[in-house]
Amino acid sequence: MKLTNLLTSAAIALGLATSAFADGHEKTKVGFVYVGPVGDGGWTYEHNKGRLAVEEEFGDAVETVFVESVAEGPDSERVMTQMALDGADLIFTTSFGYMDPTINVAKKFPNVKFEHATGYKRADNVSTYSARFYEGRAIQGHIAGKMTKSNIIGYIGSYPIPEVIRGINSAFIHARKANPDVQFKIVWAYTWFDPAKEADAAKVLIEQGADVVLQHTDSTAPQAAAQEAGNVVTFGQASDMSQYAPFPRVSSIIDDWAPYYIRRTKAVMDGTWESTDTWEGIGAGMVGIGEISDAVPADVKEEALALKASLADGSYHAFTGPLNKQDGTPFLAEGETADDGTLAGMNFYVEGIEGDIPQ
Amino acid sequence: MIRLEKRPQPSRAFSLATPLLAVVATMVFGGLLFAALGKDPLVAIKTIFWDPLFGEFSFFYRPQLLIKGAPLVLIAIGLSLGFKAGIWNIGAEGQYIMGALFGAGVGLALYPLEGFYIFPLMVLAGALGGWIWAMIPALLKVKFGTNEILVSLMLVYVAEQFLASMSLGLLKNPEGFGFPGSRNLQQYESAFNADLIEGTGMHWGVVAAMIAVIFAYVLLTKHRLGFAIRVTGEAPRAAKFSGVNPARLVLFCLGMSGLLAGLAGMFEVSGPAGQVTIDFNVGYGFTAIIVAFLGRLHPIGILLAGLLMALTYIGGDIAQSQLGLPAAAIQVFQGMLLFFLLALDVFTQYRLRFGRQEVA
Repeated sequence: MKLTNLLTSAAIALGLATSAFADGHEKTKVGFVYVGPVGDGGWTYEHNKGRLAVEEEFGDAVETVFVESVAEGPDSERVMTQMALDGADLIFTTSFGYMDPTINVAKKFPNVKFEHATGYKRADNVSTYSARFYEGRAIQGHIAGKMTKSNIIGYIGSYPIPEVIRGINSAFIHARKANPDVQFKIVWAYTWFDPAKEADAAKVLIEQGADVVLQHTDSTAPQAAAQEAGNVVTFGQASDMSQYAPFPRVSSIIDDWAPYYIRRTKAVMDGTWESTDTWEGIGAGMVGIGEISDAVPADVKEEALALKASLADGSYHAFTGPLNKQDGTPFLAEGETADDGTLAGMNFYVEGIEGDIPQ
Repeated sequence: MIRLEKRPQPSRAFSLATPLLAVVATMVFGGLLFAALGKDPLVAIKTIFWDPLFGEFSFFYRPQLLIKGAPLVLIAIGLSLGFKAGIWNIGAEGQYIMGALFGAGVGLALYPLEGFYIFPLMVLAGALGGWIWAMIPALLKVKFGTNEILVSLMLVYVAEQFLASMSLGLLKNPEGFGFPGSRNLQQYESAFNADLIEGTGMHWGVVAAMIAVIFAYVLLTKHRLGFAIRVTGEAPRAAKFSGVNPARLVLFCLGMSGLLAGLAGMFEVSGPAGQVTIDFNVGYGFTAIIVAFLGRLHPIGILLAGLLMALTYIGGDIAQSQLGLPAAAIQVFQGMLLFFLLALDVFTQYRLRFGRQEVA
């Protein structure tokens, strides 16, 4: 192959790829890039459910494609480019690590719309979206604080990034409110999905006396470990994980991307799509709370549901002062609530959590 | 009755034919697998092997082939030197990470300085990082007789922890809102390992891989050291008699494979990847082991094998997206390739005999 030929053909085909779009093909093509396997039972599983919901909603008017287990970095950039070349009109990139690749590819395909989950870089054809999972963590924390007998709550962290730290803080604040003697033990798994590592982390926490294990990783392995231990409470993460209900899984945080995916696909079809930054919680339905099982005492369940209602209608914010940072410096004054900017970049523990955030 | 009979001499023809037969067998059995999944096997095979090379968008995939193949070839060349001599560096993944960290570290330390000398410095640092990481198992083996397989493999996990620590701490982008990951070197001109000719995928890492192939070929065929490597692997006792210093050979082979893996990491982090992130490594160091064997530990073979592996990755992703094949099916497909290679390898040393065994 001659280099010059290659380059001219590249230029021509790129032109084709963008103009294929202007003449309007019948079906709207929506691509999804997944970081894990669709069968992970957690994060990717829920994104894929959102994809299926888009197919169901629009039937023959849409075509969806996906690639699973795509490594962050150059591989994801290639997969996105490939989808764009294949005529995708809208591409959802569903992991934080796809941020720079999404921006790079979006630059090359100005007519293709991109939606990047949990990131902060936007462009004219790149939107970002995420869910206020910390609202769900507040409810989890409350139930956990009430359910623990050893007063030790284990927490499997994925990576020490603001998203995860926010969840730990929110769960801790509400666990302490429910039970002032509660301690958190945090293990960092450095993975989003690795059943073996997650199971190890859960076992370590259980051995250290934790009788409630919260997880910010996506597999059901911690649930299985808790079931084996027999007397340990867990919560479903990202997905309902109801196969472990009613015990050890007593409730769950469910990511419900379907309404958002349907809305954004519709916007592309109608030609009303604009670059936005979406961060929705329980109220908008993006964060769901899985059924609280009968293993939870009725009064605790009632309190949890009341907390959920107040978070949903906005009468209560999960980060409401007075709150101090871990080092004792003031974070929020009495009645003050945290603003989105602070929450988005949260890189400190609140007062009472032991240990350091890994640096 | 069918039985295996040892060949008096390893079959040279079979040694060359095995990789091709393995590819054919993989296509056949992979096709059956795809058919069992309800996909048209011919379309699937065509999507994986043909479309990236000659399909509608091959102008995009061909450069990608270089980008994906270069680190595989670079690492596999280094590994093959040791493998030939029976020195097993399984930890190229770790050396790849350390090369990237050293290289990117130098670049990020000099940010936002611009200068022609920055990129060469990063190359040196990357090579050094990989080399140092490989010298740990090398020195331990030479001094204390430890097993280099275990030590080099375990050091991969240590390197991964370093990587996580660096992405969260020292090398974290100060303008990244607290998120892990370094500055993007693609936006730092002096440190960016860009395509030498825009849009060709031909970055310095590809050039380095080509040079490594030539260098290894010359070393193995023309140089005394290459002879030492080969004779040590084939007849260790004979090697001793011919004056080969085994300790020096261990240091050279492990050091060289670490150096090349480090270079691969450095070219990757400063080019296609752009950033040090927690998940920077995607398994090139391990896949390169497959590439080395698929290429019969021969430099030219490795070059072809690296491109073939890259092709299955790229084609595999296209098949996922266009045909809805699950990622696991693609991985099984890639696994088959190595399986058939090793299985068919038997026929290099043995041949099939039909009929009753005669009493000697």
